[in-house]
Amino acid sequence: MKTMLNIALPKGRLGEKVYAMFEKAGFECPSIRENNRKLIFENPEKGVRYFWVKPSDVAIYVERGAADIGVAGKDILLEYEPDIYELLDLNIGKCRMAVAAKNGFTDDPHRTLRVATKFSNIAARHYRSKGRDFDIIHLNGSIEIAPILDLSDVIVDIVETGTTLKENNLSVIETVVPISARLIANKASYKFKGSTIDTLVRELGLQTEA
Amino acid sequence: MMQELPLTYQERVIFGLRSLYNRYGYTQYKMSKFEEYDLYARNKDFLVSDRVITFMDTNGRLMALKPDVTLSIVKNTKDAPGALQKLYYNENVYRAAKGNGSFKEIMQVGLECLGDVDEYCIGEVLLLAAESLQAISPDSILDISHLGLLSELIDAIGISENNKSQLLACIGQKNPHELDALCRQWNVASEKAEKLKQLLALSGRPAVVLSQIKALLSDLPGMHALEQLERILALVEDSDMGGILRIDFSEVDDIHYYNGIVFKGFINGVPSSVLSGGQYDKLMRKVGRKAGAVGFAVYMDTLERLDDRQKEYDVDTVLLYGPEADLMQLQAKVRNLRGNGERVAVQRQLPADIRCRRILKFDGSEVEILENNA
Repeated sequence: MKTMLNIALPKGRLGEKVYAMFEKAGFECPSIRENNRKLIFENPEKGVRYFWVKPSDVAIYVERGAADIGVAGKDILLEYEPDIYELLDLNIGKCRMAVAAKNGFTDDPHRTLRVATKFSNIAARHYRSKGRDFDIIHLNGSIEIAPILDLSDVIVDIVETGTTLKENNLSVIETVVPISARLIANKASYKFKGSTIDTLVRELGLQTEA
Repeated sequence: MMQELPLTYQERVIFGLRSLYNRYGYTQYKMSKFEEYDLYARNKDFLVSDRVITFMDTNGRLMALKPDVTLSIVKNTKDAPGALQKLYYNENVYRAAKGNGSFKEIMQVGLECLGDVDEYCIGEVLLLAAESLQAISPDSILDISHLGLLSELIDAIGISENNKSQLLACIGQKNPHELDALCRQWNVASEKAEKLKQLLALSGRPAVVLSQIKALLSDLPGMHALEQLERILALVEDSDMGGILRIDFSEVDDIHYYNGIVFKGFINGVPSSVLSGGQYDKLMRKVGRKAGAVGFAVYMDTLERLDDRQKEYDVDTVLLYGPEADLMQLQAKVRNLRGNGERVAVQRQLPADIRCRRILKFDGSEVEILENNA
């Protein structure tokens, strides 16, 4: 019996883009294109099994070995620091992690900087490296509202086009780190399925260069 | 009649490993569950997690439940010129679990070779690591790296001390694109960055990979370390364990504690490494020891899910008895059943979740069969 390569893909538009790349790389699984409510899709001939999971959970599936490989945003990898291999930058889903504040904001270094964010780890590391005194306010969504209501001085969040910020009279004051989708692998899986994974990485690599 | 001992999978593995280490002349090292907290506070980075369970001793000293065995062994053994101590242990350690942050008790089996460590000793420890993996599952792999080689290379490329850990983290993640970005940021010559990237990608059987690394390093330092690696691997290859060896430079451990050879063991079906070890002369220097040291630990908690044999029955027979039963006669019946090699649970009422081959009832004179699942 051929061993299956288990692949966790992030649900949504990015995941569909990623699947198209995998398909082109020779790891196709036609049943995934059928419009139904199934969660797991197999192509025994190619030895692949795909499943859709919440984007922020991909790294967990991979780290714990439920998936051999997966695709996760660099933001998630920086925030949760899973113990995995990061094999390839897919160069899609590009955006940046940035610090934003109300238009015209100036930082007063005599006061503790209040930072609202979903990415507490990334934000804390960023300000610790600057030696700035800060206070992290962890929020789970609608981060942009925090500076408007004076809950925080700044926010640390993902910025794609900047439209939401603009409409709320906020602007980016600093880029923390550029973000894109990464191919990750479980370390133990890589030991036993390394040759298949390497083939995939090579093929995907050709697409990201093109 | 000899009966199979009622051992769990992990217990059988532990006994197997202990007997293996014993055959190689390693002696068991027993230690206290506690250690002064200070030992861990001074060597935090050596620990897998820096969260330790602490408590106040009766005399006011701050104590810790052992999060690690190696540090205790290093602390509690003494240098003796020319001598070699070969010890194995089987102990519980207490660490914070990743995720929910609560503490876990983890069974660890491992060994340490301390003293005048030479290449034979390192080869022997590697061989024992390989044999430990094979004793657990034939489908296993032992990844080996050489930190001496890596640090010589990194020094030659001109990476500053501050940036080293960032670079090693990249290597540990097999992350070529971040490595590229860092090298660009630090103005590392592109051909040197390319060599690092190639080294990162190399992984496989020593017979294949060693020559590739040699070609790669031809004009760079690290040759001395590579030759040492080659000699030690030849020792292990000259056994029936050679087949599971792989060279992989992504196995990086903290370079402030480890030097020379480091290794990690994997078993197909277990999502993380089950064995980890290496040479830790630098830790020895940090605690003021002159001796060299090499060792490894097997994390027994990772093996829990490998045991896929479902136990069919908890006991063979449940023998029920009523209030009118003569206890002497009951005891004689039980003795009889046990004499036939059966596991017998004597109960007044049938326990709710028990899985048994058959249920008998003793009514005072006769034994009646109520249920027979066999």
